[in-house]
Amino acid sequence: MDDTVIRIVDLHKSFNGQRVLDGINLDVKRGKITVIIGKSGGGKSVLMKHLIGLLKPDSGEIWIDGTEITKLNDRELNQVRMRFGMLFQEAALFDSMNVFENVAFPLREHTRLEKKEIKRTVEDRLKAVGLLAFTEKMPSELSGGMKKRVGLARALALDPDIILFDEPTSALDPVISLTIEDLIKETQTRFQKTYVVISHDIAGMFRIADTVAMLYDGKIVASGTPYEIKRNGQEAIKEFLRATKIPGLAGGEP
Amino acid sequence: MSEGLVGTLVKPIIYAASEFGRVWFMLMEVTYWTFRRPFKPGYLFKQMEFIGVRSLGIVIITGGFTGMVLALQTYYGFRRFSSEGLVGVTVALSMTRELGPVLTALMVTGRAGSAMAAELGSMRITEQIDALTVMALSPVKYLVVPRVLASFFMVPVLTVIADFIGIIGGYFVGVKLLGINEGLFINKIVKYVDLEDIYNGLVKAAVFGLILSLVSCYKGFHTKGGAEGVGRATTEAVVVSSVTILISDYVLTSLMF
Repeated sequence: MDDTVIRIVDLHKSFNGQRVLDGINLDVKRGKITVIIGKSGGGKSVLMKHLIGLLKPDSGEIWIDGTEITKLNDRELNQVRMRFGMLFQEAALFDSMNVFENVAFPLREHTRLEKKEIKRTVEDRLKAVGLLAFTEKMPSELSGGMKKRVGLARALALDPDIILFDEPTSALDPVISLTIEDLIKETQTRFQKTYVVISHDIAGMFRIADTVAMLYDGKIVASGTPYEIKRNGQEAIKEFLRATKIPGLAGGEP
Repeated sequence: MSEGLVGTLVKPIIYAASEFGRVWFMLMEVTYWTFRRPFKPGYLFKQMEFIGVRSLGIVIITGGFTGMVLALQTYYGFRRFSSEGLVGVTVALSMTRELGPVLTALMVTGRAGSAMAAELGSMRITEQIDALTVMALSPVKYLVVPRVLASFFMVPVLTVIADFIGIIGGYFVGVKLLGINEGLFINKIVKYVDLEDIYNGLVKAAVFGLILSLVSCYKGFHTKGGAEGVGRATTEAVVVSSVTILISDYVLTSLMF
């Protein structure tokens, strides 16, 4: 089987004349964690929304396992979407449902599993994110970090091939961020799925990424292992790494 | 000068026409998803309870006091021509043909329409609607169809209740407080109010239910701009629904009666 699960080819997108994506080219490897790093407002979320068909590009192609998705109709796109799970920036849990119902929702809607089987799967996923004791809680009763963990459990519910993470550690304190990063790594190791993460949190993402792609000025300016990115000499990358003020992350400086 | 004037006059018309087109498109989507499996009666019943049962109190109060004040006003008017006996039938015809459907729809717009716009609006800005799409589920089927169908069915039911309570209110004021002859009051109603008056009122109510839910869901569904956007969507939902109900009331009345 081909190693590349997502291939983005020369993707362009503008909003009201403002260029956001200006020729994105990127390959995402199967069964790995690919992190797309870039500054806030740089088009990372826009890129992610293209991957799942929430936005249509002005030009360019997106291939998911050999299927070009930018020209698919809604029904065909839904077939592709069944292979995806997504953790949204604010988790996007359904307010009217408790934790258990949120995670069970995709299973109830897309499978004919018995109640007992659904319960078993939901509990398995909630156990994987460490929230088995919170099944009856409503989203409004959860902290930001807990919501993201439930969101991850929901994204994992249907056992999708690819999981997208939109800023998984934004608006979280450093300790909770660390927990979420570990959880991403742990669940990926356990389920062996393809994870695509977008984030501006360089330090945290470098810990968990197999591949890092740097989005700058609407383009992917570099792609490689965290080590390769740290050693990359491009000024745009050095500037971004220096901004973290973390020793050792400033483009190869000690 | 003329360009500015034309712009000022034409732009709102173009905007209104494009909004109407989008609401119409949503109606087409709702119709399509209404007849597509799997059916979700649970969501529909939940909305029927919210729109119908929980609006009962406000509809009873509105219907009751409207019937009462109508009896009072018509009594003082008709007394000048010694026609107090016509108070009952005037109240009954006004309630069934006009005030029952319109006031019920306006009350449901204020209570349930605003809630629909606010709920869908906050679901939009917190990406819950996108989450449904990403799960390969239709947000229109799960969120809009139950609200529109519930409104379409429940506004006529509430209208029947408003009509009945309004006539009872008119009876109470006319007969018990103002001393109109009870037999005269009831006989005139029985003689002059046709079933057609009630049916046509209920058809209007169903159309109003459709309008208020479609407009409110549309405004909520396409909310932009955070909490401020939700507030704006809610206000626009109530204003546009109410004005559209009043305009369509004239059109329907001129066509039906």
